[in-house]
Amino acid sequence: MGCTGAHAGAALESLTLILITERVMDAATITSWMREIEASVRVERDHLVQLDAAIGDGDHGTNMTRGFEAVVQALGTDNGSPPGRLLIIAGRTLVSTVGGASGPLWGSALRAGGRVLGDQTTFDGAQLTEVLAAALASVKDLGTAALGDKTMVDALEPAVDTLRARVAEGEPIDRALDEAAQAAEAGMRATIPLQARKGRASYLGERSVGHQDPGATSTALIIRALHRAVTSGA
Amino acid sequence: MAVGTNQMRKFLNDPAAVVKDSLKGLAAAHPDLLRYDVANQIIVRKDAPKKGKVALISGGGSGHEPLHGGFVGLGMLDAAAPGEVFTSPVPGQMLAATKAVDGGAGVVHIVKNYTGDVLNFKLAAEDAADEGIKVTSVVIDDDVAVQDSLYTAGRRGVGATVLAEKIAGAAAESGADLAKVTDTVKKVNDRARSFGVALSSCIPPANGKVIFELPEGQIEFGIGIHGEPGRRRGTLGTASEVVDVMVEAVVSDLKAKHGSKVLAFVNGMGGTPLLELYLIYGEVDAKLRKAGLEPVRNLVGSYITSLEMAGASLTVLELDEELIKLWDAPVHTPALRWRA
Repeated sequence: MGCTGAHAGAALESLTLILITERVMDAATITSWMREIEASVRVERDHLVQLDAAIGDGDHGTNMTRGFEAVVQALGTDNGSPPGRLLIIAGRTLVSTVGGASGPLWGSALRAGGRVLGDQTTFDGAQLTEVLAAALASVKDLGTAALGDKTMVDALEPAVDTLRARVAEGEPIDRALDEAAQAAEAGMRATIPLQARKGRASYLGERSVGHQDPGATSTALIIRALHRAVTSGA
Repeated sequence: MAVGTNQMRKFLNDPAAVVKDSLKGLAAAHPDLLRYDVANQIIVRKDAPKKGKVALISGGGSGHEPLHGGFVGLGMLDAAAPGEVFTSPVPGQMLAATKAVDGGAGVVHIVKNYTGDVLNFKLAAEDAADEGIKVTSVVIDDDVAVQDSLYTAGRRGVGATVLAEKIAGAAAESGADLAKVTDTVKKVNDRARSFGVALSSCIPPANGKVIFELPEGQIEFGIGIHGEPGRRRGTLGTASEVVDVMVEAVVSDLKAKHGSKVLAFVNGMGGTPLLELYLIYGEVDAKLRKAGLEPVRNLVGSYITSLEMAGASLTVLELDEELIKLWDAPVHTPALRWRA
């Protein structure tokens, strides 16, 4: 959102305050979010591969990078779709390019989130919370995972809970998202002592203990990317 | 560790293109049996779709060759959908394969039990149903190293996949209907158990690094097919001692009646020579007989692999007359071929 025209003194201050508190997000926010994710998983690719090699099969970083590169490319050719539609396109692209478990899981998550927004052109913090809540519900349903199973749910669920609470308290969306990202990061670190109960890491039994879950790690990156996208869009 | 064991030395043009380049070669080697649909990245039986015949497709990550593309042909699979190395294919591939082979009698999806494979096949089956194709899915989960419980993603699909593809493929070739072919896949899965061991990990081409290091004199028990560590690490004993562990794990879980006829499948993980696989088979054959089972059929070789991993798995399938007949039926694929 840019300021329009020149206002003076107190009028400008109060206008700015309103804009920050009730920052309106739109299609550009989603595009920016996907770009931030792509950059982030690319930078962290080797780290994700290492985490996955320890308790999985070492393809998570490669898969996420391939998927979000395709998403950025798909959104780059889009002509003015509303934000919900962009999320659905992003989800479809992930399903059709990633494979593995993360493709269907994040693909379905983004599609579920996109459906929440319908055809509206803008959305607020409360609606963004519902987008992420729908994404979480989709992941839990498709992956039949619960909190504590050492999966992406361990990062996503605390992020959604925190975002919902802070938004309800009237906190500005950028600060609420910062706290949601911190909650995701805390949830990610909390997977280290857990024994995996879902996904490939579960085959290791007790040997999965002591390793940070790669899915929770990329999820924390995705929430942090959302915070950056919303903040940079100010 | 010896120099070179953890460094990538592979025949590659471009690590990112390893799957596509390999599929091109498979098609060039077997134009009489199959074709490679480059756009959809699927391998399709040359004479598909066969009108009135139930079709079988399977798929999964690459790196397990000859599974699955090497099993496309007469009496086995109608199509295979290979993903990136150790990564499930995407639903669009399975959907394209399903459409390419549907001869009107329905299509069976043979799915190995890995979260990614199960999810992507599920989405593909829903899409195929939307297009009016009758699809059934059977999930293979024969690996006894993993307990099927609330605390795991369930048992992995390993060696039984090869046997199910051969046996159900024969059923489909003989004219069995969709329900019968589906039940045949389930029957093989229900009556087969597997257990694998590894003496090394492997190097996925895109990463260029070994997945795990195994110190000198150690062995991994209870491995899967993705170069990952097993359930536990132990000291490497003699082949006889290792086979004792494998046979005990499989036989105690299979709980076949005394005197049962079985098929014993000794599978190499990609880096273990036939010299050792036959040595293992000799031990397996003797120990199964000692355990009161009669190996009347066998398969020895590297059929479901984990790139260049050194290791082996044992699959024991409890046979009956129907399964023996279907096993013996003709098959002509790049990797399995015999006459009746």
